[in-house]
Amino acid sequence: MSYKFDFAFLADRWPDFVAGAWLTVQLTVASIALGFVVGTVCALARVYGGPVLRRLVGIYVETIRNTPLLIQIFLVYFGLSSLGLKLSAEVSAIVALTVNMGAYTTEIMRAGIQSIQRTQLEAADCLGLTKMQTILHVVLLPAMERVYPALSSQFVLLMLASSITSQISAEELTATANLVQSDTYRSFEVYMIVAVVYLALSALYRFALWAIGLVLFERRRRLGTPL
Amino acid sequence: MIQLSANHILYLVEAARWTVLLSLIAFAGGALVGLPLALMRVARSRLLRGLAGIYIQIIQGTPLLIVLFLSYFGLGIVGFKLDPLVAAGLSLTIYAAAFLAEIWRGCIEAVPKTQWEASDCLGLNPFQQYAYVILPQAVRIATPPTVGFMVQIVKNTSLASVIGFVELARAGQIVNNSTFEPFAIFAIVGAIYFAICYPLSLASRHLERKVHAGRG
Repeated sequence: MSYKFDFAFLADRWPDFVAGAWLTVQLTVASIALGFVVGTVCALARVYGGPVLRRLVGIYVETIRNTPLLIQIFLVYFGLSSLGLKLSAEVSAIVALTVNMGAYTTEIMRAGIQSIQRTQLEAADCLGLTKMQTILHVVLLPAMERVYPALSSQFVLLMLASSITSQISAEELTATANLVQSDTYRSFEVYMIVAVVYLALSALYRFALWAIGLVLFERRRRLGTPL
Repeated sequence: MIQLSANHILYLVEAARWTVLLSLIAFAGGALVGLPLALMRVARSRLLRGLAGIYIQIIQGTPLLIVLFLSYFGLGIVGFKLDPLVAAGLSLTIYAAAFLAEIWRGCIEAVPKTQWEASDCLGLNPFQQYAYVILPQAVRIATPPTVGFMVQIVKNTSLASVIGFVELARAGQIVNNSTFEPFAIFAIVGAIYFAICYPLSLASRHLERKVHAGRG
């Protein structure tokens, strides 16, 4: 192999990579937060809602989980704009990622909510907690604690999947890589660097999620043991 | 402008055959590489465990899209020009192997320890232990999540479209370029993916119930 690696382009292109990574972080943090809210509400509807609501949430979850994210992104970006709703690439990316995240979160949180025993709800009732208090303190937090590992890995997977938004020209990390490699013809080096940045980002996300878990769940903090 | 017609839909359905073929290649390749990786993950040797662990960590921490770009554009520049189908098959194999290895490691570890001890007492050597005692039981546990993961593989073959391989997603883009009705076209494309994936999801859930029924 006579190929010579050359990373010289980094000297003046590194700010592009930083900007791309920063947009990736912004896009994914926004869609994780929004998707988590959507998913949690849907999970509550799926467990405690009426038959129609349960069915609707079921259709949403199955549709999203059985179609590729790429097609969902195309539908939001090209599809909605052809119907007259013109969204920017970044907003489309957040919408598509949120809808996607919401479906996966629904399934994970549903499992958590269903693991909360009836007696817990009865106990909360006896203690005179309001409905909101019960849902928040007795149902959601313990449910989230139980499924937190699954939730965390889904969040990291979403961060990696956000690379697909480069296909609608949201200028995140992968799109930056495509741009730089077409300028420099150093595709191998460029994608290697970006792969390393993604690896670092997933390590960072994992650490951040672990830290958030410590803040959120007292048992973990005090005893160091999961539920 | 060309109107969206039945021919276009036929074209999409025909392109879906490439999606299925690519999925099969990815699954076969992933299984072929993933099984040794899973066995390495549960090996006694720390070196083997570590090596497999590093591979899995790296692949699970990078987007499939980047692996795809590396094997298509990257290797192309370095001097190994791969056909899009080969590059896509290779990337999906690399990706599927990492995830299947982790799934199967869990399933091997889920076989009760006493089975190892009992087969040890019967004087079976490690190969016989795996072949006749552990793996047959692990396969039973592994079937539902493996079928579930096949859904991920099918969905991820859509990424092969970005390197110009004409499978379902790319065919959708091509039809869209001539008819410009993205909402209808991508809805149809999504429906075809759904038609492939949903039966797999249902099968996975059904198998899961069956495995648990056997234990309960």
